[in-house]
Amino acid sequence: MLETALMISLGLIVAAMAMNVLRLARGPDVPDRLLALDTLYVNSIALIVLLGLWLNTKTYFEAAILIAMLGFVGTMAICRYLLRGDIIE
Amino acid sequence: MTFTLLAEGVVAFLLVAGGVFAFTGSLGMLQFKDFFMRLHGPTKGTTLGIGCVLIASMLYFSVTQREFHVQELLITLFLFITAPVTGHMLAKTGLHMHLRFITGTRGSLPELRDEDVGQSRVARPAKARHPWRTRRKSRLPR
Repeated sequence: MLETALMISLGLIVAAMAMNVLRLARGPDVPDRLLALDTLYVNSIALIVLLGLWLNTKTYFEAAILIAMLGFVGTMAICRYLLRGDIIE
Repeated sequence: MTFTLLAEGVVAFLLVAGGVFAFTGSLGMLQFKDFFMRLHGPTKGTTLGIGCVLIASMLYFSVTQREFHVQELLITLFLFITAPVTGHMLAKTGLHMHLRFITGTRGSLPELRDEDVGQSRVARPAKARHPWRTRRKSRLPR
């Protein structure tokens, strides 16, 4: 039961990442691509957690924490740049 | 035995629910017409999906390794705090850049006026106005 659920969840999240990449490729404006990148890193956190569940290790959670924090900081930096023309004033 | 089976069922349900929510959020981001509509899917659906997957992982490792794990709860809390902030900043960016939207989408940029007017470092300069009205408006209150 757990294997089947893991496979279903992996397939759904990989399909979600494929849709994010599609939006990233054809987004008409810059904030659309930024939103696609934001969703892509959030989905990659889920993918890493599912990999840790599959391999039955806890090694990858530090990578998930790092991706979460750096993705948030990167999104905030690009938003500040688009809003103000500068990151740190 | 029954407890392990129950925990396995809960973990499997949370995994599938998380995958479905993340898929729905990304589908909304792909299919909606407008940037301000596209903002709804990832900020709510994907965040809830990631929360479900992380809580499933926490339950799984707590049951199988006989000790309580809180690292996933840390990631969940961090994502639940940062997702509204990211959505707010992205909406402000979309309003600031004057993105085109369909006619059903409401809302405009009076919220941004205070930041648009009188600041030197904006990506797009503010529109030209009446000079005396601008001068009266930009005078500082004593």
